[in-house]
Amino acid sequence: MKAFRILGRNIRDSFKSVFRNFSLSLASISCITITLIVVAVAIILSINVTNFTKIVEKDVTIVAFLDVDITEEEKEDVYDQIIALDNIEMNNVEFIDKMEISKDMMASSDVFDSIMGEWTREESPIQDTYQIKVTDINLINKTAEEIKDIENVDVVKYGEGMVDQLVSVFDVIRKGTYIVVIALILVTAFLIANTIKITIMSRKREIEIMRLVGASNINIKIPFIFEGLILGMLGAVIPIVITLYGYTALYDHFGGQLFTNFIQLVKPTPFIYYTSLALLLIGMIVGMIGSSRAVKKYLKI
Amino acid sequence: MDLIRIRDVRKTYKTGTTAIYDLDLNIKKGEFVFIIGSTGCGKSTLIKMLYREEKPSSGKILVGGLDVGKIKNRKVYKLRRKIGVVFQNYQLLPNETAYENVAFALEVLGLPKDEIHAKVMKVLDLVGLKNKAKQYPRHLSGGEQQRVAIARAIVNGPKILICDEPTGNLDPKTSMEIMEVLEAINELGTTIIMVTHDISIVKKMKKRVVLLDSGRVVRDYKEGEYK
Ligand SMILES: Nc1ncnc2c1ncn2[C@@H]1O[C@H](COP(=O)(O)OP(=O)(O)OP(=O)(O)O)[C@@H](O)[C@H]1O
Ligand SMILES: [Mg+2]
Repeated sequence: MKAFRILGRNIRDSFKSVFRNFSLSLASISCITITLIVVAVAIILSINVTNFTKIVEKDVTIVAFLDVDITEEEKEDVYDQIIALDNIEMNNVEFIDKMEISKDMMASSDVFDSIMGEWTREESPIQDTYQIKVTDINLINKTAEEIKDIENVDVVKYGEGMVDQLVSVFDVIRKGTYIVVIALILVTAFLIANTIKITIMSRKREIEIMRLVGASNINIKIPFIFEGLILGMLGAVIPIVITLYGYTALYDHFGGQLFTNFIQLVKPTPFIYYTSLALLLIGMIVGMIGSSRAVKKYLKI
Repeated sequence: MDLIRIRDVRKTYKTGTTAIYDLDLNIKKGEFVFIIGSTGCGKSTLIKMLYREEKPSSGKILVGGLDVGKIKNRKVYKLRRKIGVVFQNYQLLPNETAYENVAFALEVLGLPKDEIHAKVMKVLDLVGLKNKAKQYPRHLSGGEQQRVAIARAIVNGPKILICDEPTGNLDPKTSMEIMEVLEAINELGTTIIMVTHDISIVKKMKKRVVLLDSGRVVRDYKEGEYK
């Protein structure tokens, strides 16, 4: 009971203080707001890139074209060698017969149909293929090289470059945002510490009296920590609104995909709720770090 | 039984100044003690050590059984709840009424509202300020402000009331009114230690008087001895 009354008093004091030094509080709140907006963008970007990368990685296939005159035995041999490789699981290797490919192609176009219709298996210039999915996409280059070195494998093709490049571009953006976010958080914590410092200075007399009449140290410190917490929470409001409504609007606007149906966006729910929660927590933590610093430095009790 | 025991206490500030030299002093429960002496003789330093605003450099101070020099920083509040302190400059919160200033001392301890109300009204009555409870300090005279400060110091029922020149800013008549308030508080059982430069007050009150000089007790006058 007693603890709750003290806590209630502390929270009331903290709110009072936020509004008493409103212009200063506003500076801190704005700084947190900007930081958290950038954080929100970073989270949205990063989660979407991760999501997109996963989708793409699932679809990246190495196609190994076999020599035209390969025998059944040799095909088996190639298969055995492929599944013996480190980065490949047995059930991720699929044989596609060349006649099947021609059939598909013929079905897709009349021109193909009239030309290919007359080819026998021996005449056909089309090659049998193995379609292979790797376990670790990052080793795809190496695995492709190894497959290429297998006897009777003619050429090897996979989505070289394109995927890699997209992923690495996103990666650069992501790392860039991390740096910006960390810098902003530092600036924000500093600003909050300054706000709290001024509160501490302006309440010097009150602090002295509290000490004199026997308020415990924690009791004296808590209002200032709360003040930082409140600043952090107020600073999170706009970023959260932006996340909740902005991302949903963005998602709806693009119909859930970016530019092509190749890049799928993460569905807004529950993603936006988790993100909002994260923003609120980050705001609170940054606020508390700032105020704790100020309390440690300027509240010598 | 001694409420306060000071044994061989020396206080040397960081600056190198030694304000108190090997001082011994006992104060009994319920006593009223004046501490006098010329400027800079160490009066404030001595009482600051009692409420642990300063730590003795050596020696031992016991207040109500607590070894003051050994109390950890974060435990000091326990000592402070047993001691009320009043200063020359009142130390009131300017934006709070007389009532709120006194109530503040109980709010920070987490007392319930109705209990706070009852206690605050009782002490405001004791210091004769019941009818000025809603006034802000700037609308009160110096004497009235000091009464508010005294009310705040005793509202929690401390065993000891320490006053550092409480009448330093007041005229003789108002000073005597404050002394009457302090005497009434003393009669209710609170031990009072008061630092003052005002010899006429000391002579009128006829209490125990401790005379300091250069950080040492040079005379300890029993009640009525100081003339
Ligand atoms: N915080 C401090 N740091 C360093 N020296 C101090 C400090 N406080 C007091 N002193 C020194 O200690 C000595 C005693 O000071 P103190 O304040 O106890 O005197 P006092 O008797 O209360 O004087 P006054 O009657 O003027 O109030 C003085 O020489 C003073 O300069
Ligand atoms: Mg003094």
